[in-house]
Amino acid sequence: MAIDKDLALKLYRTMVRIRVFETVTEKLFLEGKLPGFVHLYIGEEAIAAGVNANLRIDDYILSTHRGHGHTLAKGGDMKKMMAENYGKFTGYCKGKGGSMHIADFSIGMLGANGVVGGQFPISVGAGLSIKLRKTDQVVVAYFGDGAANRGTFHEAMNMASIWKLPIIFVNEDNQFASTTRKVRTLSVEHVAQRASAYNVPGVRCDGNDVIAVYEAAKEAVERARRGEGPTLMSCQTYRLKGHFIGDPEKYRTHEEVEKFWKQEPIGRFEKIAFENGWLTEEEKNAIWEEYQKEADEAVKFAEESPYPDPEEALKDVFVNPLEEGLK
Amino acid sequence: MREITIAQATAEALMEEMSKDPGIFIIGEDLTAHGGIFGQFVGIPEKFPDRILDTPISETAIVGAGVGAALTGMRPLVDLHFADFITITMDEIVSQAATMRYMFGGQSKMPLVIWAPDGAGLSAGPHHSKSFEAWFMHAPGMKVVVPSTPYDVKGLLKSALRDDDLVLFFQHKKLFKFKGPVPEEEYVIPLKKADVKREGSDVTVITYSMMVHHSLEAAKKLEGEGISVEVIDLRTVWPFDFDLIAESVKKTGHVVIAHESWKVGGVGAELASQIQEKLFDYLDAPIVRVGAEHTPIPFSPPLEKRVIPDAEDVYRAVKKVLEDA
Repeated sequence: MAIDKDLALKLYRTMVRIRVFETVTEKLFLEGKLPGFVHLYIGEEAIAAGVNANLRIDDYILSTHRGHGHTLAKGGDMKKMMAENYGKFTGYCKGKGGSMHIADFSIGMLGANGVVGGQFPISVGAGLSIKLRKTDQVVVAYFGDGAANRGTFHEAMNMASIWKLPIIFVNEDNQFASTTRKVRTLSVEHVAQRASAYNVPGVRCDGNDVIAVYEAAKEAVERARRGEGPTLMSCQTYRLKGHFIGDPEKYRTHEEVEKFWKQEPIGRFEKIAFENGWLTEEEKNAIWEEYQKEADEAVKFAEESPYPDPEEALKDVFVNPLEEGLK
Repeated sequence: MREITIAQATAEALMEEMSKDPGIFIIGEDLTAHGGIFGQFVGIPEKFPDRILDTPISETAIVGAGVGAALTGMRPLVDLHFADFITITMDEIVSQAATMRYMFGGQSKMPLVIWAPDGAGLSAGPHHSKSFEAWFMHAPGMKVVVPSTPYDVKGLLKSALRDDDLVLFFQHKKLFKFKGPVPEEEYVIPLKKADVKREGSDVTVITYSMMVHHSLEAAKKLEGEGISVEVIDLRTVWPFDFDLIAESVKKTGHVVIAHESWKVGGVGAELASQIQEKLFDYLDAPIVRVGAEHTPIPFSPPLEKRVIPDAEDVYRAVKKVLEDA
């Protein structure tokens, strides 16, 4: 295992940073402070952390409605993200997108998509752009098990394969498409089994084992950078929270969720990290405190930020509006 | 001045812009074998072999590829083969390309042209004859161009390729062989600017695309009856050039709006509404609209002719707007 302390800490830090942000977000939502709908990434942190540890800042990612973790892993700004959750003007999207539509073009985060499977065709375009510009960037398209049943998946996989585009399709198989179990909607046991239909490598890995994800993604990213084409990864995980905050979760039992909490990725990694001497109890506490402080500051920033002026709603439709009254 | 076809004007605009901007590329189905199915890209595969890409039959991925490339520094033109196929890719156009800049708070640009041949009159049947410009005027985030002459096609396509916003560019498939004067020297036509295709003083006919030609034919016939018709070619239906419309309406006091696509909920409905909201006092008669019957577009020539408007319909509409005064 080619994991040293630096890498181990990087993976751990990313997971903790996401967990803390999501936990704070959940609390705020339940207190009635956040409008709209929020979909939490809790329990799936190992995937964004493990994949992103292989990416450069100029690589692209495309995300889902459950996308906070992807943006944070890529280096996203907690303050701007929290302010967007609040619908404040200082948020990533000036309050026009919200939790489901975070984007940060300065770090290659091309946007979280509210349409399940909407990211596949766009990832093809980012991959094609890289190929036409002849750079060695790569694209990661994160998607859930539900999205794998969209027609967009088929079209994008085929096109990425024939053109050998540098895309890593990362399936986060969290067992549920909204409220419906994967076993009722997916024709295969796991999405990577579909890779052979597109003549691309299909890799299944334990999505709660950050090292397994890191290593699978490493190979896929290196392959893409060499110009050898896309990879379809399927990371098996479990959505520890409801589809959205406030989901009555009648489709599963409390016992089932409790069982999976025992396999959650951060606790699992801590055990290994302690055993290997990558992490001490003091370092662990310091890391959690550091991110709790960052999240608290993000909340303070968001709460003190102004809401957008209502007239802001009429701006940003066009770059060149061409006329008065058209924004 | 030399005369070239609309297909040639299309290819010229692209080749000139591609020579200047390495970010422009063309993507779509069946582009290289014959230079596009209407000859609209003749010469481009030879001149820019790496920048005109034949795709699988995957419209959602084709438009999505345009969106992703536009987000990451390129300036794609997506050829949709037939405008009818736009229904397959509505999410990519409406919810993604047209929404992203707004949804991301102005962080991104969408320098993407979605190009599609629309229109009826070739007995192509219900799946290859439709015109959908009204839908893309209805939803925000798109500029919609519907040119009628080789000169306009060339100048407007060059503007569309230089624009940083999503542009839908619809060319009527019956017009690809239509010839008209196009100067050798470079020029561009700004988006949104309408054009008076014929000056007149009695009735204003507001139209675009194929119906410009039908309207000019009707105007000629009406001239023989002593009726002077002004024909305004909108060229861009969103945003549209209300200033030019207002100038003409104030002069004539009579308005006919003619388009080939369905009359119900069409571009004419929005125009008529805005004209009566802003220029009611100048109108001498209710506005008359000309558009397709509310049916799919049938195959058999007499059926298609029954559904799609032509010069005779514009002629009758002009007579009606004058009788109603």
